[in-house]
Amino acid sequence: MNYVASDLKVVGTRPVRPDGVDKVTGRAVFAADTRAAGMLWGKIKRSPHAHARILSIDTSKAAALPGVKAVVTAADFPDIPSEEAFVGEGPMNFRDLALNVMARSKALYEGHAIAAVAATTQEIADRALELIDVQYEVLPFVIDVEAAMAPDAPILHDDLFTAGVNPKAEKPSNIAKVVTFKKGDVEAGFKDAEVVVEGRYTTQPVHQAYIEPHACLASYQPDGQVSIHASSQGHFMVRAYTAKLLGMDMANIRVNPAEIGGGFGGKTLIYLEPVAVALSKKAGRPVKIQMTREEVFRGSGPTSGATVEVKIGAKKDGTIVAAQQVLKYQAGAFPGSPIGPGCMCGFAMYDLPNVDVVGYDVVSNRPKVAAYRAPGAPITSFAVESAIDDLARKLGMDPLTLREKNAAKNGTKTHYGPVHQNIGFTAVLDAVKAHPHWKTPVKDGQGRGLAVGFWFNIGGESTATVHVNEDGSVTVATGSPDIGGSRASMGMMVAEVLGIDVARVKATVADTASIGFTHLTGGSRVTFATGMAATQAAEKVVDDLKKRAAATWEIPVEAVEWKDGKAYPAGSNAGAFEPLDLAALALKAARTGGPIVAEVSVNAQGAGAGFGAHICDVSVDKETGHVTIERYTAVQDVGRAIHPSYVEGQIQGGAAQGIGWALNEEYIYNAKGQMENPGFLDYRVPVASDVPMIEAVLVEVPNPRHPFGVRGVGEVPIVPPMAAIGNAIKSATGVRMPDLPMSPPKVRAALDAAG
Amino acid sequence: MPTVHFSSGSGCQAFTGGQSEVEVEATTFRRLVLELEQRFPGLGKQVEEGMAVAIDGEIFQDAYHAELKAGSEIYLIPKIAGG
Repeated sequence: MNYVASDLKVVGTRPVRPDGVDKVTGRAVFAADTRAAGMLWGKIKRSPHAHARILSIDTSKAAALPGVKAVVTAADFPDIPSEEAFVGEGPMNFRDLALNVMARSKALYEGHAIAAVAATTQEIADRALELIDVQYEVLPFVIDVEAAMAPDAPILHDDLFTAGVNPKAEKPSNIAKVVTFKKGDVEAGFKDAEVVVEGRYTTQPVHQAYIEPHACLASYQPDGQVSIHASSQGHFMVRAYTAKLLGMDMANIRVNPAEIGGGFGGKTLIYLEPVAVALSKKAGRPVKIQMTREEVFRGSGPTSGATVEVKIGAKKDGTIVAAQQVLKYQAGAFPGSPIGPGCMCGFAMYDLPNVDVVGYDVVSNRPKVAAYRAPGAPITSFAVESAIDDLARKLGMDPLTLREKNAAKNGTKTHYGPVHQNIGFTAVLDAVKAHPHWKTPVKDGQGRGLAVGFWFNIGGESTATVHVNEDGSVTVATGSPDIGGSRASMGMMVAEVLGIDVARVKATVADTASIGFTHLTGGSRVTFATGMAATQAAEKVVDDLKKRAAATWEIPVEAVEWKDGKAYPAGSNAGAFEPLDLAALALKAARTGGPIVAEVSVNAQGAGAGFGAHICDVSVDKETGHVTIERYTAVQDVGRAIHPSYVEGQIQGGAAQGIGWALNEEYIYNAKGQMENPGFLDYRVPVASDVPMIEAVLVEVPNPRHPFGVRGVGEVPIVPPMAAIGNAIKSATGVRMPDLPMSPPKVRAALDAAG
Repeated sequence: MPTVHFSSGSGCQAFTGGQSEVEVEATTFRRLVLELEQRFPGLGKQVEEGMAVAIDGEIFQDAYHAELKAGSEIYLIPKIAGG
């Protein structure tokens, strides 16, 4: 059923968030809060070298230390062959995953796990790590993406040959893959162009910087059953990856989802769980491992840093006739940067006849990258949206008008093939044009920037179960960890379908043994896909309730209608019966067929693409180079906001993270390839005083493929900020900042260079 | 018959010898995978395990039953995840 045009009573309201009280009172249980009787503390020894061959590991002294109950190295794990599979978030090579969890013959980055211990106290575990003697042959390393592509660069993997080139690569390379997308004839397009802009942009790897470090508690039972409590974006993903890396049956692993203190893509893979299980198996006791913040930075994935070259040609009236990009994305120590979406997203906002995009996936001696909100898109869009701004200046055209003129619409064929359908980009641009921020003149001394962004959004596999309890209250269980308010949105959609007060519905996240498979929480898929499953399960419950009412009244089920949480006879011909509400039907459930439960599993297709546009006003201190965000407005097509406060929160959070990416965040390496700022004092994420109140403007162009019109909302808002801020700095100072972060020293240097 | 386009970024052209599009007789995505595997050994597996498919503009991931019509335009693209 489609409820988009219905008179909705719950969807679109702002009830108190169900997880709020526990979180603000500190009672919410995160993975680091879990305890077990006899629990040991696990710790991981990490490589101090950016690139080194592991000659030997002597764990004997560590194992002999009183209080140490287990020590493991790669020798304690199966040697996994190269095998690509799409189980978690993107194609995963299980050999690479295994080698990232525990190095086997080479350490490929500073912080790479080499061995692990389990001991009765954290202090003993720390001392044991110091007693592990690792002999290395230190190798030349490479950090920078273009340096890694050079013919004489140190090679990370002797068996890595560039894919996607013709003729086939015959020598190992750090370039894992080359991808190209072409549409039309870009050379002819540039010949036809009357105005051309070009630029070369660089971005730095930035960490997802979730507040909660990775943590898990694993217990290996004598009968081979394993229980894991973990902080992750997908407990089914944790189960699958852990089983694969340990050679276990998934049925023997039960993963309990903990509350999660942020993920943003960085918890779509595993680092600790197989290690904790291996230690627990060896020690015969539960083992808990939690990363320090320093370990999070040194040992877990940021998103790629990159170099992006862009060239755009247009007619004098602003019609873009050709667009070209070369993208070089860092993958970290193993292949798998988001180069594919990077190549697809940069120009996806525009209707372009001729496009040529080439992308390189490049390994270097840094932590393996992980997903981060709209993986790949912010990087490519920083370059494209900066170039579009330059094009508007060169044409003497308003930057919004230029974007309107070239905007993708329904029916626009993208350069990567598919045709945009049911998109709301022009509605977003209309909302920008109408917004007071855009209409208000820029204050003296400030500059204003505009940038737009795109993300696909995804659907996928989800399961939801709706139970009507004996008192008529309702429980909805799903397999989706709640990162952005999905318990609220699930409860609201179910309440809407059942026609009851949302306070009567409790949403929970069930463990891997208690609910059907559910793909992880990522790609802005949960309210769309899991919401579809929950809605359908609630509809099945309504069908069941109608049958029970019909049986009670001894009338055909077709003569029963469900409205406002009650069964009614459908018209006078059906009979004169008092309505039966949910509580009355639940009370008699035993007499009308037993428990009232419905479970639905879906593989949701038709996720509606998302578009956003951000307006940013900045002032620049020309003495210090410090950029102050004076005003920020983020406009986005959200399809339909189930709980608008959460949707606004997603948009504000994405914009804030983009502000950090734009202005401050970067990994600083020393001459030995070691990170020098692995903590929040020196790796500077924005704090409250760095950002103004970000105004989120919700544009609602319903997605017809979802019963309530939902589109994913969590990815798009991180796409436009870097270019919006860069364009604002350009407006304020006349200087284009092509290199991120646009931190005070860089801004000051650029201002000095510009005279 | 439906036409399958192998965008240069999809990696499929390594299997097709550089051919950028083919017509297929398939009526579902599953049939398409089987036919591609038969005509270009290895491509069906590649498509099944690592690709999303856009059928007449709409992107499908993991959908055997997705229907192909005569004249359908099909693009194979990298699978899309998220953060």
